[in-house]
Amino acid sequence: MAPSALRLIVRRRGRDGQPLEFSLAVPSDLACVGDAVELVAHQCRTGPLSMRRLAFNLRTALAEALTNAITYGSRLDPAKAVHVRVEVTVQAVRIDVQDAGDGFDPAGVPDPTVPDNLPKEYGRGLFVLRHLVDEVTFNPKGNVICLTLRAG
Amino acid sequence: MSFNLRKDSKGVVVVGVDGQLIVGNRQELKQKVLDALEGGAKKFVIDFSRTGYIDSSGLGVLVSLSKKIREQGGDLRLAGLNEDLQTLFELTKLDTLFSILKTPEEAVAAF
Repeated sequence: MAPSALRLIVRRRGRDGQPLEFSLAVPSDLACVGDAVELVAHQCRTGPLSMRRLAFNLRTALAEALTNAITYGSRLDPAKAVHVRVEVTVQAVRIDVQDAGDGFDPAGVPDPTVPDNLPKEYGRGLFVLRHLVDEVTFNPKGNVICLTLRAG
Repeated sequence: MSFNLRKDSKGVVVVGVDGQLIVGNRQELKQKVLDALEGGAKKFVIDFSRTGYIDSSGLGVLVSLSKKIREQGGDLRLAGLNEDLQTLFELTKLDTLFSILKTPEEAVAAF
């Protein structure tokens, strides 16, 4: 499915019209990740994050969460969508990414910075993500990841 | 977003990353560099001066390319990282795997 298929649904707006709560369904196609990230970042531009954290932390962390959901949750099946829900408040941006997979145990992911893992091509996503946001939580099943970036 | 390759007078291939290096475009970068490697180039600089963000897939492709270039007797260097990207390489300890120079000019001159 083409990235242009992305459609944003605004669920709640502020007094001046800016979206405070919105969602989108992202086809499980890695080619859609970049466009989905830009769409979310654009909607968050009037929120509480600095331009720098919006440009780097939010974009990188969301790209990691989407890539993991599409690759491991949906197993790259374009018929399955990954659901992104974003809430923008004065205090923070909170992003939930939900896939249709069986979930995983985040505690079981190896440390990519130990010498044996350093030369590996894969396995850094969750590690990077954890360092770029203020809080990362998972639902008990492990198929919903919640990222919180606090104001600033 | 795109990748621009140019070869300088010393034969160093400088690859500019415009926009982002992420899961959706990493294969394009990989193929362009591998094509140049197959064409005989050995010295590579990836210039991130115009790069907004790099995800772990992008980091992974750099690790993979560096390995392939070294196997052919060449070297891959990185340049132009902003403060956030530099921090990304440090926290993943990939700064220990790569030569990272401040500017592409410095990286080319260091060959």
